[in-house]
Formats: sequence, structure tokens, C-alpha cells
Amino acid sequence: MADRSRIDLAAALKDSGVAAAIALGLFGLLVGLRTEASSTSELELLPRPMLLAIVVAAVFAGRFLIMLLYQSGAFEIDTSRFISSDTKARIARLSRFAGPALLLFALTMPFSADRYYLDLGILVLTYVMLGWGLNIVVGLAGLLDLGYVAFYAVGAYSYALMAQYSGLSFWVCLPVAGILAAFWGVLLGFPVLRLRGDYLAIVTLAFGEIIRLVIINWSSFTGGPNGITGIPRPSFFGIPFIEGEGGFADTFGLEFTPLHRIIFLYYVILALALLTNFVTLRLRRLPIGRAWEALREDEIACRSLGINTTHTKLTAFAIGAMFGGFAGAFFATRQGFISPESFSFSESALILAIVVLGGMGSQVGVAFAAFVMIGGFELFREFAQARMLLFGIAMVAIMVWRPRGLVATRDPSVFLTEKKTIPAEKVAEGRT
Amino acid sequence: MKLWERDPILDLQHLTMRFGGLLAVDDLSMQAGRREITAVIGPNGAGKTTVFNCVTGFYRPSEGMIRLRHTAGAEFLLERLPDFRIAKLGRVARTFQNVRLFAGMTVLENLLVSQHNELMRASGYTLLGLFGLPVYARAEHAAVERAKHWLDRVGLTSRADDPAGDLPYGGQRRVEIARAMCMEPELLCLDEPAAGLNPRESEELNGLLLRIREETRTSILLIEHDMHVVMGISDHIVVLEYGRKIADGTPEEVRNDDRVIAAYLGVDEDAVEDARAEVQP
Repeated sequence: MADRSRIDLAAALKDSGVAAAIALGLFGLLVGLRTEASSTSELELLPRPMLLAIVVAAVFAGRFLIMLLYQSGAFEIDTSRFISSDTKARIARLSRFAGPALLLFALTMPFSADRYYLDLGILVLTYVMLGWGLNIVVGLAGLLDLGYVAFYAVGAYSYALMAQYSGLSFWVCLPVAGILAAFWGVLLGFPVLRLRGDYLAIVTLAFGEIIRLVIINWSSFTGGPNGITGIPRPSFFGIPFIEGEGGFADTFGLEFTPLHRIIFLYYVILALALLTNFVTLRLRRLPIGRAWEALREDEIACRSLGINTTHTKLTAFAIGAMFGGFAGAFFATRQGFISPESFSFSESALILAIVVLGGMGSQVGVAFAAFVMIGGFELFREFAQARMLLFGIAMVAIMVWRPRGLVATRDPSVFLTEKKTIPAEKVAEGRT
Repeated sequence: MKLWERDPILDLQHLTMRFGGLLAVDDLSMQAGRREITAVIGPNGAGKTTVFNCVTGFYRPSEGMIRLRHTAGAEFLLERLPDFRIAKLGRVARTFQNVRLFAGMTVLENLLVSQHNELMRASGYTLLGLFGLPVYARAEHAAVERAKHWLDRVGLTSRADDPAGDLPYGGQRRVEIARAMCMEPELLCLDEPAAGLNPRESEELNGLLLRIREETRTSILLIEHDMHVVMGISDHIVVLEYGRKIADGTPEEVRNDDRVIAAYLGVDEDAVEDARAEVQP
């Protein structure tokens, strides 16, 4: 509660004065001066002292208010007062149903949604899948990968080029695209085996850029910056989604609507994402998954236990890349058009942000983060200007309140008598 | 002829390790006997941990030979193998001076990670395990049983499902030994296992090491400062000073060696008699 005696007006005024001085220095040129073309088309300097004064005064007042609130103890919020341990236990019980509830929602969604929400659902699920794929590399093995989009690009281009040059169907190309991406994952893995943390991040970042630049410059093969158009759409296991005889609607006696293909695509990406999830959960319980997590915790101890860290890292890169490749092939067939623009660094950053915000290593957390980030971003479409700002504020807020991500605890892969969740601060992040 | 000369599990010949101009280990030849407890002691900076790191492959020695001979007869030249192969093929397990557990994983998981290679084989290098074949389920069950056995031996069965980082220091040291023993090693290398333990815990450690010697085929090589542990359980002691061997023999022989006492008390050899009167009432 507010304690009057602790309020120190002099200190608050002094601090606000400093803030105002900084604001004056910052905005003096930015706001205080303006260049304008005069009637003789020469540049003229227009001083704007009033506007500058308003900005500086606003900073002073705002800082003063914050200081007063801070001193009165308004910021010292005791969260245990709001959330009792009883409520916490109830939340924990409810959160166990979060996964199944999300799954049920995802499965039934297409029956009630219109085109816009279906497209949004497909987009969200693509990022859920990418997040889960990257989660293997970053969350489990603790290898910070800033170039994940490279594997997404390899998958997309593998499918697009194979379909274009050989005419093979999506279902044949999908595994090949995954395998090719995994191959590139291994190729990236080799030079970075000795690196960890920041150094690894820089090399993977460069790798992502290399792939993109090769695609742009190898015009004769990849179409260069123009991309590839007319990528074949997927068929329902051989039955195309077309109007008229032999089409999907005709075969199943339905009325034709272009929505059928969208619904089908939705279920394809849902199945791919669930496959990623299933494989990841299985791998966590296998020796390879435990070796990944052990690698994240302590690499030297791993070697002393006879674990080949080279192979372990390469498999993490390869399997993570493979799922990125699947997602890329799906992306290509959904869009029907791909170009290097879709695989810029900001995509890598977005996928990594999903993994970090969701909580490294947590499947539900990553899915939820993808849902919020991609879905939420879309919902704010109307506030085009403020969208990025809100997005940034939300990210800062989450990182301040939950520095280890939304779901930061770790579930043990095996237990003797009782499954105890491991608190976040115990789990290593693989930066050592 | 002493046992360690007749049937050594580990035979070091002319081991030398240089770091730039620093000679950490200087022409060291020593043996560790099969199913014996061999202690390497010496003042700080004598090169004990360097010898360990050479044996376990974390360093590549500048010169010399390290020969490991299994009970079954297989021979390995450890200076030619990378660290993880020494652990995997040579079946040499080790612990670390500053405990290196997987702190964010449970104690049981730690013990399963150390059985990685066996479980990898059973899971068909992940492929069979991915489809949930019973072969892997059986192997994992056996691995958990082995982990339970060693948890019981170190008295930590009740903490099996806790994160390893939550255990007190003494407990973490015991988990590290249990983790190493789950590899069913031929040679167990312990780097200062009693460091930071209270007298009761270090007494329990003695019991544990003696039991390992009695009940398994594992030979033990240990570095230790705690003389209670060293003198209490060792069959054979090697003393290092400035990277050179200054004594090699049974605890009794080493205890009465003037050079050892001089090295430990930091006095000249001729001043040993006075110093000995002080330490041995």
C-alpha cells in the first residue's frame, strides 16, 4: 500500500529533469527542426519550438508520474494476492486439457469457418509446424539456429522444381523435399559442429542468406527473383479439385465449391503438423531425444558417457530441417507461386520468436505462441500502422513476465514413481 | 611382483603432456591393477587431472602410450581414440572435479543417458523405436532396472524423479558415480570424488567404492586429496609432484616415503623427521 513517508519529491523532480534533458537532446533535431522547400525551391530550416516544448514537457510529466507511482509502491504487485495456490492448482489441472482442447478445435474448425478463417488457420498451422520443427533444434538440442527458413526454402523449391521438371505428384515429392532439406541440414551441420551459442547463430544466419541468394542468382534453374509460377495444386490422392466430371465434388456426389480444396489443404497441414508433434514426442522418449537434451545440458558430460556428439547434433539438424522441408513443400503447393521474397531472414526470426515465446522444448507452448503471434497479428490488420508497435510491446511484455517463454517447465521423459515437472530455471538453454 | 605389474588394466608408458612451454606431465609411467583401487595423489598442480584427461581422451598426450586391456582380453591404445570412443569402446567411465550432471533432467534420466549406446542399438538407431516396437520397450525396461540397482546402491531411489540439479552436493556426487556405473565400465575414473563431502558422506563413499570393487569387475582409478579416503581404500597409490612420479606402491609404502611426506608438508627431505613427529602423534 502507498506509504506517504517514502515519497521523495526532490528525487522524482531530479529524475524527471534528467529524462526531460535526454528528450530535449533526442528530439531537438528530430522534432524541433523541419526542412521545407521554399517558394524558390531552396531548402529552408523551420524551427518548431512549441512542438518541441510540448514533447519535452510530456516526457517530464510522464517520468514524474512514473516516479511518484514507483515510490508509492504501486508497482510492487504481489501476484500471490491475486492468484491463490488453490487457483493455481486449478489452472494446472485445466492446462492439462489445453492440448486436447486445441486439437479438437483444430479438427472441427473447417466445418463452421468461412474462407478467410480457413486461410488463416492454414497459415497458423504452417507456423505451428515450423515452430515444432525448429523446436527440435533449438528447444531440445539447444543449438541456436537463425537460418531455419533455408530449409523451408529448400523444401518449397524442391517440390516446385520437381513438379515443374518431372511432373511428379505432391505426395511423391513431399518425402523427397523433406529428405533434400534434411540433407542440407546435415550439410549445414558439419561446419558448425564446434560452434555454440552466438557463434552458431551467426553461421546459421549466414547459411539462410546463402540459400536465398543462390535462389535469386541461379535464374536459369530457379527463376531467380521472379520465382516459380503455376506450381501444381494437390489432388485428393489423384482426384483433382475441379468442377465437372472426374473432379472431387463429382466423384463424391457433392456440390462443387472451391472451398473443398481449402478444407483439404487445411487437413493436410494439420496432419503434417500432428506428424511433427508425434515424432518429436516419440523421439524425446528415445535415446536420441535424451541425448539431444543431455547435449543441451552439458556437452562434455555427454562425451564422457560415450555419446557421439557429432552424430547427435547432425541428427538434430537433419530432423529439424526435414520438417521445415515438409512445411516448405506444403507452402509451395498451397500458394502455387513461390519467390525468394518468402524466405527472408524475418521469417527465420519469426519462427524463432514463436519457439522462444512459447517456451523452448514445449510443444503446447510453441503451438499456442504460433496461434497468438500469427493469428493475433492478422486480427490487428485494421490497425495497420500500430500493428508492429503492438506486436513489439506484446513481445517485450511476455519476455519481461515470462522470460523463459509461456510454457517453460520441462516434462521428464521417463519416471519411476511420480512424474514431477522440472521448473524452468533448472533447464539449460544450451548457450554454454 | 605386485598385482598391478602382473595384470594391469591400464598401463601408462612415458606419458608426457605439454601445454606450450608448461610441462604438466613429465615422462610418467604407471600401472593400475585389475579390480584394484588405484589412487593418484599429489599437491595441487601436480598434473593429476591432466593424467585423467589424457586417459579419458579429453586431452591428446604429447608423447607416450596408454594401453587399456579388458578382462576379456581386448586391447585399446587410448591415446589414439577420441574421448567418446574411449567411453564407448574402451568402457572407461569418468566423473568430474566440478560435478557435471544434466541438471535439468531427472536423476533417472541422467542414468538412462549413460546407457545411450546400448539403448541406441536396441532402438534400431531410432528407427525401430519410432514405431514403438517391443524390442526397445524391453531394452528400456532393462535400462531402468539397472538404473534402479545403482540408485539403490547410492541410496537415492527416493530422489529418482527429481531434477538432478535439485539434489544437495553430496547427492549429486553420488548420482555422478551411479551414472558412470550404469555404463558397466571396465575402468572407473573418479576425479576427487570426496571433495566437498562431510566426514559421514566420505565414509559412505569409501563403502560404496569398496562395494564396487567387490561386486563388479570394474577397476577404479581415483584422484583424491582426502587422505582418509585414499589410505582407507586404496590398494595402490601413485604420488605425483610437478608432473613427475615420486612414489608408487602400497598405502603403507607411500605413507612412509620421505619424498612424499616432504612434498606434502612442503619441506625439504632432511626436515622430514621433525615434520613427521608433528603429524604422527
